[in-house]
This record gives sequence, C-alpha cells and structure tokens, in this order.
Amino acid sequence: MASRQSDSTRRDAGPARLLEVQRLGLVPYGVALQLQARLVEQRRAGLVPDQLLLLEHPHVITLGSSARQEHVLVDETERRLLGIELHEAGRGGDVTYHGPGQLVGYPILDLKPDRCDLHRYMRDLEEVLLRALAAFAIRARRRAGFTGVWVDHQKIAAIGVRVSSGWITSHGFALNVAPRLEYFGAIVPCGITDHGVTSMARVLGGPVSLAEVADALAESMLQVFDYGSIA
Amino acid sequence: MARIDVPMPQMGESIAEGTVSKWLKQVGDAVARDEPLLEISTDKVDAEIPAPAAGTLAEIVVGEGKTVEVGTVLAYIETEKGAAAKPEAKAPAPPTAEAPKPEAPKGEPKVAPPPAAAAQPPAPARPVREAAPVEAARPAARPAVVAARAEPEPRGDGRTETAEERLRRRSTPLVRRIAAEHGVDLTEIEGTGYAGRVTKQDILSYLEQRARAPVVPARAAAPAAAPVEGVILADHFWEIFHGQVRHPEFPARPADRLEPMDRIRRLTADHMVRAKRVAPHVHSFIEVDFTQIDRIRQKNRSKWEQQGVKVSYTAFVAWAAAQTLLEFPRVNATISGESVLFRGEINVGIAVDLDPGLIVPVVRNADELNVVGIAKRINDLAQRARERKLKPEEIQGATFSITNPGVLGTLVGMPIIPEGTAAILGTGAIEKKPVVMELDGTDVIAIRKRALFSLGYDHRLVDGADAARFLARLKHVLEGFPEDGI
Repeated sequence: MASRQSDSTRRDAGPARLLEVQRLGLVPYGVALQLQARLVEQRRAGLVPDQLLLLEHPHVITLGSSARQEHVLVDETERRLLGIELHEAGRGGDVTYHGPGQLVGYPILDLKPDRCDLHRYMRDLEEVLLRALAAFAIRARRRAGFTGVWVDHQKIAAIGVRVSSGWITSHGFALNVAPRLEYFGAIVPCGITDHGVTSMARVLGGPVSLAEVADALAESMLQVFDYGSIA
Repeated sequence: MARIDVPMPQMGESIAEGTVSKWLKQVGDAVARDEPLLEISTDKVDAEIPAPAAGTLAEIVVGEGKTVEVGTVLAYIETEKGAAAKPEAKAPAPPTAEAPKPEAPKGEPKVAPPPAAAAQPPAPARPVREAAPVEAARPAARPAVVAARAEPEPRGDGRTETAEERLRRRSTPLVRRIAAEHGVDLTEIEGTGYAGRVTKQDILSYLEQRARAPVVPARAAAPAAAPVEGVILADHFWEIFHGQVRHPEFPARPADRLEPMDRIRRLTADHMVRAKRVAPHVHSFIEVDFTQIDRIRQKNRSKWEQQGVKVSYTAFVAWAAAQTLLEFPRVNATISGESVLFRGEINVGIAVDLDPGLIVPVVRNADELNVVGIAKRINDLAQRARERKLKPEEIQGATFSITNPGVLGTLVGMPIIPEGTAAILGTGAIEKKPVVMELDGTDVIAIRKRALFSLGYDHRLVDGADAARFLARLKHVLEGFPEDGI
C-alpha cells in the first residue's frame, strides 16, 4: 500500500500513471454521488491515484444541468409505480436513464498536467468505449455533434461529465450492456428525439457478461489514457 | 486592494464559448483562492471554475444562463491585503505564494484561470502525506480488479486452475473466437494486455508466428481441454437467469382481442417471474384464533371512531409480525450475492388492491409503532395509494410483506415473495368456526373466529423449522394479545 501511495504522488513527476479500478456492483445513485464527491476531494489532495468506478444503478432518471423537464416522459405517479428514482445529477447534459444491465463508469481522474481539455477528454472517453465494444466485435462510431457512442443511428453509450476545481473529473459514461430498453421510453435520452437506443445484447443477439465488458473497459482505459499499470 | 478579472476560461482547444450555469457565490461573498466560484457548462460537461484569487466577489457581469465567448469577463474580485488570512479561509491553501499578482492570469497564455493547478508550481508542491492517514481516508471499497480475480477456480478436469491461467484464459470474446477457430489454447500465449490477458494483437502475432514455424507435433490431448465455452461461470449463469423476461406468445383465435400490457402490468409480470425464478418458494400454514382480538376490537370500536381511526385485523397482524420479526432476523433478511443481508429496519409492506393493479406501500419501522399507530399509517397509505398519491420512498424498502386475500373471502393464498426479501405472510378469511377446545379439563365445541395464515419463504435462507417457529410465535403473539393492550 505504501508503495502505491508513492507511485501516485510521483505521477506528476514521472511516467508512472496509475489507475485504480473499483467494481462496486449495484449502487444507488445517491450513494454513488457521495462516493464520487469524496473521491474527487481525495484525488485533488493526491491521497488516491486516478480511479475508475464501474457499477450499475437501480432504475433512476437523472437530470443534467441542461435537462429539460419535458424530456421526462412519465408523470410522477407512473415513475413511482415503475420504481424509478429521479435525481439532479450535477453533470453536463440533458436527461439520462440508468438501470440494471447498464454498465456505468465514473472515472475520477486528475487531468493535469497534460490533458486539460474538455473536448479531448470526451473524445478520449468515446475512444475507450469504441475500443471496448470492438473487443466484442461491435463496430460503433462517433457522430459529429452528438457526444456519445452509436451503432448505426442508435445510441449504445452516453457520456456526461463534470470537471471540478483542479481539473478533477467525475461522472462519466453509461454503456448499455443488457439493460431493459423499454425503460428508456420513460425519457427522451439526452434530448435527442429522433434516434433510438440499443444495447450490446441486442446488437449481438444474445447475453453479454457485464464482468467481461468491465474487463474490456478497464483495459481500454489503460490504453487510451496511457496508464502504466492498474492498482 | 486590486480588482481582478474572472474571465470565461479556455476549457479546451476547440471550445470557443461556455454557458454560466450557476453562480456558487453572490456579490459581497468572501472567496478563498481556488474556491469554486461558479459552474459553467459546455456541451456535455459541467465544470467548476475556481476563484483566481482570494478576496470579495465585487461584481457579477454575466448572469446564469448566458453563453459567452472564451475570455469574456464574467466577474470581478476585489482582493484586499490580509483577506486570505481571515478565519473562514478553509484549509490554508498550500504554500503557493499568495502575493497578489493581479496580472498573473493574463500573463500565462491559454491555461489561464481555470482549475487550480495552473497557478501551482509544477511538480513538488503536492504535499506528500504519511501513509497511515491515507489508508484511513480511503473509501471502504472492494479490492481492485486484480485482487478480485485471485481466487482459484475449479476446472473441468478436477484440478484447480491457477489464477494466472484463468487470467490468461479470460480474454475478450473476439480473441476467444479467434482462438477457437484456430484451435489455440490461450494459456499458451504470452499476454501483453491488462493483467496479462491475451489481446487481439497477441493472438494475431502468435498465429503469424505459428504459421511460419515448422509444424510441431503438438501436445497430444491439450488444446481440446481449453474450457472456453463449456464452463458457465457463476456470474454469467445469473446474468442469463436474470436476463430480460420473455413471455411466450400464443396465436390469437378469431374472436380474441389482443391488448398490449400497460407498463405497470408488464412490470408486475416481470417482477413475479423473476421473484419466482430466483427464490425457491416454500409455504407453511397455521390457523390463528382471532376471538380475543375480535373482542378487543368490539370493545374499543367507539373509542377509535371518535379518534377517527379504523383499526383493522391487518393492523394487528402487521404489529404482531413486526414484533415477531424482532426475534427472527433471518426472516427479515435477504440473500445478496454470496452473503446474507440482515436488514436493520423492520419495514412491513402491505399489499393494497387498486382494482385493477396492486401496490405495496410500506410501514417503516413498524416495530416501533403500537397497533393504533400502525393502523393510522396503513389507513393513510392505503387511501393515498388509491388516490395515486404515494411518494416513491413509500413504496420502497419493504423488508417483509403482508397480503390479505382473506378480505375477499379466500380461505388462504400462497403469495410470491417480493424480490429482495425473505418472506411474505398471507392472511385468509376470518370466519366463525366450530372448534374443539379444552375447558376446565373437558373437551367442548366452541364457536371461534379463526383464519388460516400462510407464510411464503425463500428456502435458500429460511428453513422449514425456522418458518414453523416464526408462525408459532406469531400465532402466540396474536392469540395472547392483552385485553388492555390498547
């Protein structure tokens, strides 16, 4: 443990970038928000290395800073009966749905000194997702002007990010591995009305292991962000 | 005293503008250096902008919701000597030379004021803390990937696969497909990927090499044993099991009517299938004598009416169940992964018929309420359930449930255990019945009010004897309800 600490504090000076991957299972949205806030503080203080949290949320609709109420399509009663929570997210973007079967990744990274560019960060996250999907022989792509990752004209992964004081990132991406797609009917995803959503399970026509997708994501984070090793 | 600009920062090379989404400080507020001052948003990103210097927020130029170009002045901060020394300044900013350098931000080309570090000296400034407090501060999270993978896993051939072999074998499906097509045993390949796993590149260069190398007679039995597709890992198994519920379709006949399920029906349908798939259901029954409780209800009816509360049999049952659960933590628990999750609260879900549809509002901390208290909660929840006015938290978090098919005359039911709980109690119709009882040593036939109860329980967690003890205790609590207990 002591050596890990020295690795992470050395990071600014040398090449030893370190990523710690935490697999947390099913985590309520509010709990994940608190955990992220704590890790952002700790990352800023240099107490922990860069983090990648991989988890699932119970059904929840989250509102980004540019969210429009009319993009939540269910009324409150219906939402409650469906057991879907509603949360302000404190990230960029519009309305998003999260639920079981969707793999959510929250990278808590210090972008200093050489990655202080928000657009680059989002393109990098897209790259992570594209590579992970390629490992499953899914050919996905970017679409100019629409952050996220797409298969044909359907969204397979959404991105919404927050950068806190000190270039510390939180929030991140949500990859549809095998979620119940009909729940997306409760929202207009990211305010984009004319395109649907899809999932890896649908594209591949069979079950997909969340654990394997998590492995692939950790691996492509390693490549794209150029980490020396995983803690 | 100096007036410092707070410009819209350049947050990325291709970012030309930003929207002020929220001012975190108001005019007149004191700000510490690097303290978050406002939030801006661009595209899919929210970013906190820290104060470039300590002082007082003197003027806000760009209001919330406005979009401006990079470099536009958003606000002004008045710095004053000694401002940073004010007691409210939190963790006294690291020794980053607090000397007011008004022009500093403009001096540095494009990394101007954004997030703190721009102003910090490059490397050594970061304080290196001691190891012990670090450990304490770390969140109690699961161990990282590598550790999680270390356990050996039994292999098909009976011998235990080493962690290393398993890591190598665990490669992406694409790589596995290539391996299967070419009859390659992945453990033979030196992986360069994450945790030593075999990447696509690895296997392609391996194949290329193999093609060039002279054909070696190859170890006889080996490759066939590669347990790639045959073994279903536990997590994979559960994923298939939990996967989207598919309801079989049936051909419609001419006079039939096909009506799509509404969302609530669909949800209920899926929940019931999943609940029953996962938990092995067992039901046990017991007959409960309600004569005593009936007497108590008669006696107090007018008093309760004056208080405007209707105390149903269900209120007594919920109270007794909560008290009994205190003694049976295993019935107030659930299996979660490889563990048993004992619930810290006793929250009793009460099924309410909406006709059509059903909802299960929750009486929280039912063990802390008396019978009348529970009755009030149930009346309130049931009323608002019918008016569709329940709050989300009022239908979540049940640790045990009660359903009352008896209210419609049913003898008793065998209810399905809601996901994430260990048991559900079904209460049958309360009816007058002739019962053989012993009175002063003589057998007599008496007319008593009786009902059948059924307890549906998850047999993974609750054994038959547990359930029997639970039901016997519940019966005892209900039948022995003290006359003056209200």
